[in-house]
Amino acid sequence: MTKTSVLESDTLMPSANPIILQMQSITKEFPGVKALSDVSITVRASEIHSICGENGAGKSTLMKVLSGVYPYGSYDGEIVFQNEVCQFKDIRASEHAGIVIIHQELALIPELSITENIFLGNEPTKFGIINWDEARLRTIELMARVGLSEDPDTPVKEIGVGKQQLVEIAKALNKSVKLLILDEPTAALNESDSQHLLDLIRGLKGKGISCIMISHKLNEIEQVSDSITIIRDGKSIETLDVKADGVDEDRIIKGMVGRTLESRFPEHTPKIGEVFFEVKNWTVRHPQIADRLVCKNSSFNVRRGEIVGFAGLMGAGRTELARSLFGRSYGHYISGQIIKDGKEITLRNVPEAIKHGLGYVTEDRKTLGLNLLDDIKTTTVAANLDAISKRSVVNLGKEYEVAEQYRKQLRTKTPSVDEGVSKLSGGNQQKVVLAKWMFTDPDLLILDEPTRGIDVGAKYEIYGIIQALANQGKGVIVISSELPELLGISDRIYTIFEGAITGVLNKSQASQESLMKRMTAAKKSA
Amino acid sequence: MNAIKQLFGGNTRQFGMIFALVALIVFFQFMTGGVILTPDNVINLVNGYSYILILAIGMVLVIIAGHIDLSVGSVAAFVGIVVALTMRDWHLPWYMGIVVGLVLGALIGAWQGFFVAYVGIPAFIVTLAGMLLFRGANQYFGKSLTVPVPTDFQFIGAGYLNEVGPDTGYNNLTLLVGFIIVAALIWSGLRNHRKAVALGADVKPLWVTITKLVILCAVVLYATYLFATGRPGTSFPVPGIILGVLVLAYGFIAARTTIGRHIYAVGGNRHAAALSGVKSKRTDFLVILNMAVLAGLAGMIFVARSNASGPSDGVGWELDAIAAVFIGGAAVTGGVGTVVGSMIGGLVMAVLNNGLQLMGVGSDMTQIIKGLVLLAAVVFDVYNKSQGKASFIGLMMKKLGGRDNPDLAVAEPLRDAVRTES
Repeated sequence: MTKTSVLESDTLMPSANPIILQMQSITKEFPGVKALSDVSITVRASEIHSICGENGAGKSTLMKVLSGVYPYGSYDGEIVFQNEVCQFKDIRASEHAGIVIIHQELALIPELSITENIFLGNEPTKFGIINWDEARLRTIELMARVGLSEDPDTPVKEIGVGKQQLVEIAKALNKSVKLLILDEPTAALNESDSQHLLDLIRGLKGKGISCIMISHKLNEIEQVSDSITIIRDGKSIETLDVKADGVDEDRIIKGMVGRTLESRFPEHTPKIGEVFFEVKNWTVRHPQIADRLVCKNSSFNVRRGEIVGFAGLMGAGRTELARSLFGRSYGHYISGQIIKDGKEITLRNVPEAIKHGLGYVTEDRKTLGLNLLDDIKTTTVAANLDAISKRSVVNLGKEYEVAEQYRKQLRTKTPSVDEGVSKLSGGNQQKVVLAKWMFTDPDLLILDEPTRGIDVGAKYEIYGIIQALANQGKGVIVISSELPELLGISDRIYTIFEGAITGVLNKSQASQESLMKRMTAAKKSA
Repeated sequence: MNAIKQLFGGNTRQFGMIFALVALIVFFQFMTGGVILTPDNVINLVNGYSYILILAIGMVLVIIAGHIDLSVGSVAAFVGIVVALTMRDWHLPWYMGIVVGLVLGALIGAWQGFFVAYVGIPAFIVTLAGMLLFRGANQYFGKSLTVPVPTDFQFIGAGYLNEVGPDTGYNNLTLLVGFIIVAALIWSGLRNHRKAVALGADVKPLWVTITKLVILCAVVLYATYLFATGRPGTSFPVPGIILGVLVLAYGFIAARTTIGRHIYAVGGNRHAAALSGVKSKRTDFLVILNMAVLAGLAGMIFVARSNASGPSDGVGWELDAIAAVFIGGAAVTGGVGTVVGSMIGGLVMAVLNNGLQLMGVGSDMTQIIKGLVLLAAVVFDVYNKSQGKASFIGLMMKKLGGRDNPDLAVAEPLRDAVRTES
C-alpha cells in the first residue's frame, strides 16, 4: 500500500501510549434484545481505533453508549475516560469531556453558513450578543486545520458532501475534542475526498487526538487504523494490533463473520446472450440549471444474462443516467433513443418504464427506496400491486404468499413478513427492495449502489441474487463506487466521467487502474 | 393485561382512545344521571355530529397523504348555499339539488387539487385561500342571508328510518339494520380468522376473535335498542346511515384497494412511491378532490338538518375534523392513520361536547377541555414512543389490527433514541 500522506506520524508508537478510554463490560438491553453483551474496548492516546462488525453487531449502539445518547443508567458497565469514571447523561456531557461523535447522517443545517454551523450552540458572545467577527476568524483558523478553503459565509448546502464532512470535523475541533468518533465517515464520499479525510484523521492523530472509526470500507480501515476491535453479535470478539499482527482485509472479515470466506464473490459462469437493450446518444439536462447536461450523448448496450457495471466518481452522472432512463424520473430529456428487443420504446414516466420491463433499485434506500412505515409484505408488492389485485381490490392472501415466497427465496432474516421494514438491518432491507423489483419481473434491472452500508456476509448473498437474476436471462446494470465490487461481479464495465461514457472494458481487461484512468481521463486532458 | 392486549390490535393511541371513549361515556352516564345513554340523546348525538365525522373521513385520507385541508368548512357552506338557492330559484327537485351539490364539490376539489398536485403549492396555502374564497362566495351568493330549503330535501339531514311492518314497540327497520350488522360482523370475523389460519400467518387465538365479536355485537345490539326506542317518529337517523355507508366504503378503500395503498405510500415516502410507479400527483389530486366532495355532502346534510343555509355555516368545522383525525391516531408527518380511528377520535370529541353540555358546562370551558384533550392524546402517544414502548400493544400484536403507528411516525426526532441499531 502506498503511503500518500505527509501528515502521517510514524514517530508515535500507539501501543506505548497511555490509555485514554476504557469501556468495560458494557451491556445494553432493549426490550427483548440484548444489543451489547459484556463488550470491552480500550483506546490509547493518539491512536486510530477502528470498530468492525457486521450490521446489527452493535457498533453504533456502543458508540451511542459512549457519547451519552443512551444515558448512564440505561446500560451496565463502566466508562473510564482520561482516568475518570464517566457517567454521561446526554451528548452535551460527553462533548464537555472531549468526546465528539460525527454521525453518518451529518448534523449540519444546510441553510446556515459554515461559521454559523461550526458555532451552533456554542456561539462566542459578549453581553449576550454574538461576536461574529471572532467567530469568523476562528472559523478560518479551523478550516485551515482541516484543509478546507471556502468563504466562511458560504451556506453549507452549497458545498459538497466531502467538504461538509470537514466542516463537521472543524466543529468538533472547536469543542477541543480529545476523542473523535466517526461513524461511516467516507460512506458518501468519493475516492479523493475519502483520501483527504483519512489523511486528515491521521494528521489529527499526530496532534494527540484519538479517533474511533466505524466503517464498512475495510481497505480504509486497514490503511489508517492502529488497532481494530471486532464486534460480533453484540460481543467484543478480539482486538487486533494492525502493525504487529500484520492484519489485512481477509483477517478482518474472518473475525467479523466468524469464519473464513473463501471468496467475496460467489462462483459464477455467465450465460450471455444477444444484445436486447440499447441506449443511443442519450442526452439529459439538469432539472434546474438549463445549460448543464448531466448525460452527454451516452450510448451503451446490455446483453441478456449479462451483468454490466457502471463505474464513475461520485457526481459523474451514473445515477442521473439511470434515473433519466427509468421513466425520466430525473432531469429534462433532450434527445436519445432506447431500443429494447429491436424496437424503439419511449418511457415518459415510471409506470411506463415498469411496464416495459425496467426496474431500478435506488442508491439511497431510506430516502428513495423504502417507505419506512411499511411492513415487508406491503413493500414487496408495492411496485406491482396490479398483479395481486382484481378490479383495484388488493388480495391480502396473495400479498402474504408473495412476500413469504420472496422471504424464503432471498433468505430475508425476519420473524415474519408482517414486520416493519424499519426494524430490519441494511442487508435485509435491501433484500426486501430487491424482492419488490423481482416481483415486477423486469427484463433489465438497474441496481444503484446495491451493497452500500451492507455487511460482508449480506453482500455475498446480494451478489448471489444478482447472478441468479442474470442466469434467468435478465440484464443487470450495477452502479457502484466500489471498484473491487464492480470488478468482482461485472461481465463488462462502462466508465463515466462528467456525464459522458468514456470507455468500456471486458472483465478480463479491467483493473482498478485501467478503470480509474477512464473515470478521470477527461479531467487530465482538459 | 395480556388478554386485553390480545383483544385490541391497532396502534396505541387508537387503543387508548377506545378506552377513553368508554370511560367518557361511563363518566357522563354517572354525572348526568343516565341522560347520555337515553335514546333521544344518542339520536341527537348522531344527528349533530355525523357531518363532522363525514369530514373526518375525507380529512384522514388527506392527512395520510401528507396534506391538510383548511377549506372544508367554507366549502361546505358554499355548497350548502348554492344547493339551497338552486332549489329555491330554479325549483330543482331535492335529488337534483344533491347532484348539484356533489358536482360543485367535485369542481371545487378539482380546483384545489390542481394547485396542490400539479402546480405544487402546499395544501395548507391552497386551502387557506379556499377557506377565505368559499366563505366569501357563500356570503356573496347568499347576500349574507339565510336561505330555507324544501321539506323533502330536509330528509337527508333530519330524516329517520320509517315505521314499517307490525307494531313491535320498536322501530322495525332499525332493528333490521342492527341485526344485519351483527350477522355481517360474525360472518366476516370468522371468515377472516379462517383465512388467516389457512395462510399460516400470525393468527390470534380463536377465543380472541370470538370475545372480540361478542363485545362488538353487544355494543351494536345495545345501540340498536337505543335507536329503536326513541320518541315516536324518531329512529336511526338518515345522516347516520349515510355516515355508516361512507365509513364502510372508505375504510375498505383505504385498507384494501390499490388507490388506498397509493395514498399510504405517497404519505409515507413520496419519492419511494414515485420510483415504484405510483402516480403521486394523481393521488394527491384525487385525495383533495374527494375531500371537497365529502365537504359538499356534509354541508348539504347540515343545511337539511337546520332547514336553511346560512352565512356562517361550517365555521370551525375544519378544526373539528382535523382534531378527530389526530386524536384517532394519524401522524402529522403523513403515512399513518385509519378511517375507523378517526371515527373514534371524532366520537371522543362528540361525546365530550355532548356530555359537557348536558352537565351544563359553558362553551368556554368546553373549548378549554377539548383543547386539552387533543393535546393530551398526542402527548400520550409521543411520550409512549420516547420511552421506547413503541406501542405496548402493537409490540405484542405485530400489527394484526391494521396499520400500526410505528416508532418513527410522530416522534421523528426521537427516532434514534428509540430504535435499536439498524
